[in-house]
Parts: sequence; structure tokens; C-alpha cells
Amino acid sequence: MNSDVIDFASVAPAYPELLMAVGALVLVILGVAINKEKSALISWLAVLLMAAAGLMILLNPADGVLFNGVFIADAFGRYMKLLVLGGAALSLILAMPNSEANGVHKFEYSILAVLATLGMMIMVSANDLMSLYIGLELQSLALYVMAAIKRDDKRASEAGLKYFVLGALSSGMLLYGASLVYGFTGHTNLTEIVGAIAMEGRSIGLIFGMVFLLAGVAFKISAVPFHMWTPDVYEGAPTPVTAFFAMAPKVAAMSLMIRLVMDTFQPISHDWQQVVIFLSIASMVLAAFAAIGQRSLKRLIAYSSIGHVGFALVGLSSGTQVGVEGVAIYMAIYVTMTAGLFACILSLRTEDGYVENVEDLAGAAQTRPFVAAIMAILMFSLIGMPPLAGFFAKWHVFLAAIEANLYVLSVIGVLASAVSAYYYLRVVKTMYFDEPKSVFIAVPNELNIILAVSAFLVVTYYFSVGSLLTNWAHIAAGSLF
Amino acid sequence: MTFENSILTIVTFLPLLGAALVLVTPKTAVSAIRWTALVTTLVTFALSLWIWAAFDPSNPGFQFVVNYPWLGDSIGYRVGVDGISVLFVVLSALLMPFCILASWEAIDKRVKEYMLVFLILEVLMIGVFTTLDLAMFYVFFEGTLLPMFLIIGIWGGKRRIQASYKFFFYTFIGSVLMLLAIMAMYWNAGTTDISRLLTHKFPESMQIWLWLAFFASLAVKMPMWPFHRWLPEAHVEAPTAGSVILAAILLKLGGYGFLRFSLPMFPDASAQLSNFVFVLSVAAIIITSLVALVQTDIKKLIAYSSVAHMGFVTMGIFAGNALGIQGAMFQMISHGLVSGALFLAVGVIYDRMHTRDITAYGGLVERMPRYAFAFMVFTMANVGLPGTSGFVGEFLTMLGVFQVNTWVAFGAAFGVIFSAGYALWLYRRIIFGALTKESLKGILDLNLREKIILYPLIVMIIVFGFYPSPILDTTAASVNNLVSHYATSIGLDPAVSLADARAPLEYAAPTGEAAPAADHAAEPAAH
Repeated sequence: MNSDVIDFASVAPAYPELLMAVGALVLVILGVAINKEKSALISWLAVLLMAAAGLMILLNPADGVLFNGVFIADAFGRYMKLLVLGGAALSLILAMPNSEANGVHKFEYSILAVLATLGMMIMVSANDLMSLYIGLELQSLALYVMAAIKRDDKRASEAGLKYFVLGALSSGMLLYGASLVYGFTGHTNLTEIVGAIAMEGRSIGLIFGMVFLLAGVAFKISAVPFHMWTPDVYEGAPTPVTAFFAMAPKVAAMSLMIRLVMDTFQPISHDWQQVVIFLSIASMVLAAFAAIGQRSLKRLIAYSSIGHVGFALVGLSSGTQVGVEGVAIYMAIYVTMTAGLFACILSLRTEDGYVENVEDLAGAAQTRPFVAAIMAILMFSLIGMPPLAGFFAKWHVFLAAIEANLYVLSVIGVLASAVSAYYYLRVVKTMYFDEPKSVFIAVPNELNIILAVSAFLVVTYYFSVGSLLTNWAHIAAGSLF
Repeated sequence: MTFENSILTIVTFLPLLGAALVLVTPKTAVSAIRWTALVTTLVTFALSLWIWAAFDPSNPGFQFVVNYPWLGDSIGYRVGVDGISVLFVVLSALLMPFCILASWEAIDKRVKEYMLVFLILEVLMIGVFTTLDLAMFYVFFEGTLLPMFLIIGIWGGKRRIQASYKFFFYTFIGSVLMLLAIMAMYWNAGTTDISRLLTHKFPESMQIWLWLAFFASLAVKMPMWPFHRWLPEAHVEAPTAGSVILAAILLKLGGYGFLRFSLPMFPDASAQLSNFVFVLSVAAIIITSLVALVQTDIKKLIAYSSVAHMGFVTMGIFAGNALGIQGAMFQMISHGLVSGALFLAVGVIYDRMHTRDITAYGGLVERMPRYAFAFMVFTMANVGLPGTSGFVGEFLTMLGVFQVNTWVAFGAAFGVIFSAGYALWLYRRIIFGALTKESLKGILDLNLREKIILYPLIVMIIVFGFYPSPILDTTAASVNNLVSHYATSIGLDPAVSLADARAPLEYAAPTGEAAPAADHAAEPAAH
């Protein structure tokens, strides 16, 4: 027991998390010590820290169960952590230009992002109801502050408060579920819970616990009917913060959900499948219809993210390895598209500030052809139009659903994607078919790079990263079975 | 990398190279952009001819095959052509230079984006016909929506936005159901390799559902009555080149899909539902021909006539015999040339007058004799006058369907009569009559660019009308293979269905080679 703590080499699978934790502390000290104007330096250091943690995962993959079984490192966790780190680092880079105007110029912002990311990594690697909750709360608390970081702004404060109240409610539900599961199985360790369920079979209390646990996680991935906070928070928070919310936390919560249902509740798969199928259908359908009436670009993206969570859950509903593989690919492509999308929004600025409504984009194809083209590509990709990456994401999840004979779910899903095409096309229509109205200001270079990379990956997915990503997702999904 | 295994990849993706060149050209260098696009499409066309020349028509299987696994287990990189697809590759590559030329002066705003979108569209169109992977087929098939949506929406007419949305949603909703069917096929057969799927036998109960899902997509694309509502608007609002591509190539995706998937992969379902298709086909032929009669917009009239002509194609395909399918193939190629030519011809006067209203014209023959001649050839081909390519296809499909169901052939015959009605009446109203309208008095005849566009099409339409062998010979082996597979699957004697399509056209190709086939032809004639 004692030797575990002393022997540093034995915690090798948790090195990336340790690095992030120590790094966050060092950044706090640096942030306090150095000049306030140099917060950009802290941001870059935070990005570097995430890159280093990512490299560590990539170059030195180590499997293992640590700390008395509360922490698990496996291929699935590594895949998801890379996505989390990538999403977090990208959104930090997105936050750098015009950070003052967005209210994210304080050095605390980057440090909170690092801490949130650390929380997400713990969520991904959680193998115990305790560590699961600790990771979730570390992430959530950092996110609450980030949502309200522009504290003089009414809308941002409102968003932060809303997020906090609803987030606290979801944490309560999650805890309630966790205590029920503990009560009916006698274990908090996920691996031991599987054994207990397999031995004792399902009981009504366990099902209740499972539903509450999933409801808590569904809040975090903003699946319908636990999505109410999303449009308001997305709209109210400063755009770079919204970008952060839209990427890494979704991936982390999704991987937590996958681990819970595929591992812990594997023996009662018929019960959780009903829950996941309901979440999936509700998210896809509601998002497709609710987004039609949205004028605000960020609310539209919020509904779009709800819809995409629904599509990702289609893969999970199947409860098969192909399904998990599909979700893993889906999340990677989703992060890429979202990064590009927010880079587009952040680079379309007029004299009066950022573009708020869809109508403000009118004629962007003529005034800002580069950004408009990429945004159009991303919109088509979000619809799921081939040959763009978004299509392959949908291909993998629906493939899994068809394999599991979930025909009704699949038909509803593809029809919802057809409905959702309407509001994505509206953005393309406004940019390409309408005449220009506003004059846009030049784009900062960081954004241009993210734009170009994201569009390149989305367009050339089939030729460039597709094969590699599919293999990785295959290995990642395989480690859960 | 040999010729054999690289030529299809090169032809498919060559326009992408052109698109990249266009992309890096500054957008003010308009003529450089136009020339880049034109040269790219011409080179692609030349290479596609090379494929046709190197293609072995006696081999019914796929040629120039490449087959790699690529994205996981499900999606691969697989290309190859057989007699059914090779001609569509040539047709697509052939019409692109015409489209670029037709847009040479007509498109003066956002030329760079225009050429870029057209070149990407060419990649997707050729890709549909060359791919041998079912998932990639969907990728290309559905991918064509994207550039076409932009073409209609950006460079279209007044009601372009509504038209582009309608086009998008009709085709998208149909297609997503096909996507699910493709996935179900993958799990049943364990592969998306089309050449292996062609020999896989799907359970009968499953075939019906798969057939219906494919039908949902292909019937909209084709378009079959009553799923054609998107087409007149899309055609009318699209710029000339967009209409040409829509009518000549994109509609053929539906027919190609029926031939490639519905008939060989779901033979039992096709046999059971063939009467359903016949009813819709005849309805399309009669109803849309009548609708075409009352149109006041030239492009809309041609659009409705396209729907009617596609009725012959679906009818021929589901006749399930060699005559019908050969006829449908020929009809598709011929319609590609004729409807493309008609839209290009309409584009000529639209560029001058900026109206598509029939009543705005009249007496053009006085000022534009060359144009009047060209338009007459295209109109006659549209009617299906013997001696033009339009005749061969209609005649063969009706012969084919006559073997199967006389009443269907009877109904379809009305279409031939009506088409003469609307097409000749259109010709009279535009070309003949007195030149009374002030605005038309100064109209100029074809210029050099327009001659380059229209004259080759006249030649091709007439040549294929008298000498259809190059097309029929290319498709014969693959079609016979398809027909015997289909007939065996549904328990018919293949010999009955296999009557050679060239035989009834002996007058057109009185060669010694076709003589043995005449014995077969005696059989259907005896019915």
C-alpha cells in the first residue's frame, strides 16, 4: 500500500494527469507573479502543457488500474483523453485573439481551463463512483467560473448562474444514483459492481440508480430532456468559453457514459438501452425542430450540438463494439468540426462586435470568401453530407444501429438529420445567396490556422486521417470488450 | 501503377487538380480561370475516350479494377467499370466542356467559385459511375447534391432559393433511406464491394425493404412521377450549364442505380414490383407529356419532357429483358445528349433576350437560320424521329416492354404522340411565325463559341441515330449478363429474355457480325 505511493514509476499510467495537476499549480504561481498584461503567455503555457500531456499519452501508452482500483488507464481512455486535450487546447487558442473584448484575458481563465481538463481526464479514467464524481465536480466547478468569467456582463453572469444551478441539480441526481447503485450492489468500484450485478441480477433499486446516474451524465452531454441549460449558456457565455463548453466536456461526459453503460451496466444492457435510445431520439428530433426558429447563431450551434449528441448516442444504443467505435469516431469528427465552426464565428467581426445572428452573415461569401467557404463546408459536414467528414461520422454510428436491428431508431435518426439540414442550409444560404450587408474586420492568424486545418481535415477525411482514426477507434473500442 | 489500375482513378480525380489550380488563381484573372477549367475538362474527356477505347466490350465483368480495404471493415477504395457504367463516364466527361463553354460569357459574377464548383461536380459525377464500393457510391451520389445546391442557389434565376431548397430536400430525404438500406446490405453480405454484392443472394423478405429504400432515393433522382416535383423548378432556375448537368447526367444516376442495384441485387423484389414501376412509368409518360403541352416557360417544357422520357427508361429497365435494358441504356445516353443540347440551345437565346417565356419569341428563323436548324435537329431527336438517337431508345424500350406487358407498351405509345405535339408546337412558336417583336429584330445568329457547342451535338445525335452500334456493342455483354442473372434469379428461361437488342435495328447496322443474333430476334417477333 505504502510502496505504491513511494514508487513513482508504478503510477506511470497516471503521469499525464499528474503533469496537468502540477502544471496547473505552477501556472497559478506564475500567473500571480508576472505582469498582468502577460496573460497571453500563461495561455500559451497552458496550451503547451496540454500538448505535453497529449504527447505523453501518445508516446508512452501504459495500461493499468491504479490507486486501489479507482483509476483505470486503457486504450479507450487514452483515445478520449487525446480528444479532450485537443478540444481544450484548441479552444484556448481560439480564446487568444481579442481576448479583452471577450472578457477572457485574465490569466485565471487558462488555469481554470487546465483544471477543467484535468477533471475531464479523471472522468475518462474513472473506475469508481468516487473518482467519477470527483472528476466530474472538478470539471464542473471550473466550468461554472469560466461561464461567468466576464463578470460585469449581465448575460454571462446569468449564463454562469444558470449553469451552476442546473449543474448542481444534475450532480445531485448523479450522487443519488450513485448511492442507490452502491446500496444495491455494495460496491463503489465499477469493476466490482459488474461482478455484483452479474451475480445478483437486476433489481428495481439498481435500475433506479442506473437511470439517475445516466440522467446526471445526460445533463453534462446535454441530451434531451436534460438540455435546457445549453442554449442559454451557449448564448450568454463569451464565445471562446462557449467553444470550450462545446468540445472537451462533451467528449469527457460521453466517454464517461460509454464506460458506465458498456462496462458497469453491461449485464443489464436491455434496461440501459431503452434509456439511451430515448435520449437519442429525443435529442435528434427536438434539436432538429427547435433549431429551425433560432436566429441567434450561438443558440443554433447549441441546438446543433444537442442534435449531434443524439446522433452519437445512436451508436451507443447498439451496445456493441462497432457502436462504441462509431461514437469514438463521431466525437473526434465532432470536435474537429466544432473547432472550425467557432473559429469561423470568432473571425467574423464587424465594427459593432461579433456576429450574433444568422442574418448578420449575409453575403459573407463575397466580403470574406475564405471564412465563408470554410463555414459552408462545415455546415454541409454537420448535415452529414458526403464526401465530408460529418458523413463518415454518421455512417459509423448508423452502421452500428443497423447491425443491432434498431431500424426505427435509424429511420427516425436519418429523417431528423434531413430536417436539421434546413437550418444548416439557412446559414449557407445567408452567406452565399444573399447580398452583403456588413463589413468584416480582418482575421487574426491563429484563427486562420485553425480554420484551414479544420476544413482540410473535414474535406479530405476519406483520404487523410480517416483510415488512421478508424484504426485508433477500433483499438479504443476493443479495450472495453 | 499501370494503365489498367490507375486510369479510372486519374479520370475521376483529374478535375480536382483543375479545381486546385482554379483555387490558387486570383479571382480577377477570369479568363485564366475559364481556360483552366476548359482544358481540365477537355483532358478528362480525352482520357475518358481512352478508357472507352481500351474497354473490352466482350467482357461482361468489371474492368480496370482496383480494390483496397480502406476505412475500417466497411468502406474500401474500389473502382472499375463495366459496359453499363463506362458510357456514363464518357457522357459526363463529354458534356463538361460544353457546360464550361456555355458559361463562358453567361456567367460573369463569381466566376472562380463557379468553375470550382463545376470541376468538383465533375469529380463526383464520374466517381458515381466508377466506384465499386457501395458506401462510396452513396458518397458520390449524395455528394453531387452539394455543388448543385450552390449552382442553383448562387447563379440561378429569380426563384432560385426556393428551387435549390426543394431540390436539396427531395433528394436528401430519399437518399438517407437508401443509406440505411446500404448499411443493412453490408451486414447481410459482409461487404460493400459491389462486384461481390452482385452475386450475393439477399433473403426475399429483406429484398422488398431494400428495394423500396433504394426506390425512395432513385425514383426521386430519376425522377419518376409523382416524385418529380423538384425537377421543373430546379431546371428552370438553374443556369444553363446547371440545367444541362441536371438533365443529362444527374437524372441518369437514378437509372444507373436501378440497373446496378435494384435489378441484379433484388431480383425477386424487382419482379414483384415491376408492375408498380410500369404504372408509374406510363403515368409519367402520359401525364407529364400533357403537362408539358401547357407550359409557357421553355425550360419548364423541356424539364417535363425529360420526366416523360425517363418514364421510358424505367419502363425498359423493369421489363427485365435485353431489349428493354439495352433500350433504356441507349435512351439514357441519347437523352443525355438531346436534353443537354436542348438546354444549351435555350441558353443561346436566353443569353440574348434574358427571358424564357415562349410568347416572347417567334419567327427566329428569319434572323437565326443556323440556330433554327440546330434547334430543329434537337427537337426531332426529342420527339424520337427515326434517324435521330431519340428514336432508338424509345423503340427498343417499347419493344422490350411489349414482350412483357402489351398494355404498358400501348400506354407508352401515347407518350410518343404527345411528345411530337408539345415539341413541334414549341418549335413552331419559337422559330416560325412572323418576326413581329421589336426586341427580336436585332437578334444575332450563332457565334463561333455557340457553333462549337451545338454542331458536335447535332453530329452525334444524327450519327447515333443511324449507327447506334458503338453504344449498343459496348453495353451488350454486360446487359446480357445482367439479364441472364435476373432471369435465372426469378426463375425464367434466360434465353427468352436475351434476344439481342441489335437485331431489330438491322437496318441501321447491316453487318455480318450481327447475323447470329437475328435467330434470337425471331423469338420475340413471334409473340
